[in-house]
Amino acid sequence: MSERTTIVVQSGDMDKLYSALIIANGSLAMGMEVSLYFTFWGLERLKKGGLERGPLSRMHLLGLGKWMVRRRMKAARVASLERLMADFRELGGKVLACEMTMEIMGIKRQDLREDLIDAYGAVGSYIADARKSTVTLFI
Amino acid sequence: MAEIRVDVRGETCPVPLVETRKALRRAQPGDVLVIAGTHPASKKEIPMAAEALDLELIGVEGADSDWTIRIRR
Repeated sequence: MSERTTIVVQSGDMDKLYSALIIANGSLAMGMEVSLYFTFWGLERLKKGGLERGPLSRMHLLGLGKWMVRRRMKAARVASLERLMADFRELGGKVLACEMTMEIMGIKRQDLREDLIDAYGAVGSYIADARKSTVTLFI
Repeated sequence: MAEIRVDVRGETCPVPLVETRKALRRAQPGDVLVIAGTHPASKKEIPMAAEALDLELIGVEGADSDWTIRIRR
């Protein structure tokens, strides 16, 4: 059995989603298995059209900061979150959606990009993966 | 046994690593991947990935900002 990385994606901030997806893709590229648990504000990013919509965690400045950072990322040819997510799926990464968050926030399955989601679960599913993981992160 | 070219020149983290992995998954055992890139950290990290995946690193050539790496699947 290969090593595993498990990440809780609790933040919906753009920069933190980048951290999560880059670490996730790096893990897959180095031969590990990966599970991403999307909960709270992170789950908002799995709504249809939501992936790129997160604010910057600092210096968002009503969108001006995000616009500037995105411009610099484009100049540095940083991949989009859509591309990182597509690569993550292609390399066999697993996405789980937190059902409690869906209930609290009134999110229905049809509001989410169901094509990206492997399973809907709760803390038990997270622990089942996390206990087998050599890398676990909360982002 | 084919030679598969992966061109990640101009790409930054984590794309060179990810594209290498994607190409490896499509390759047949014995195929040789020839990866060309310009991202300095990937020059060190792609060999680390090859080791982690238990694959043969045939060679690393060139400067940190313009390199070619060969890996056998």
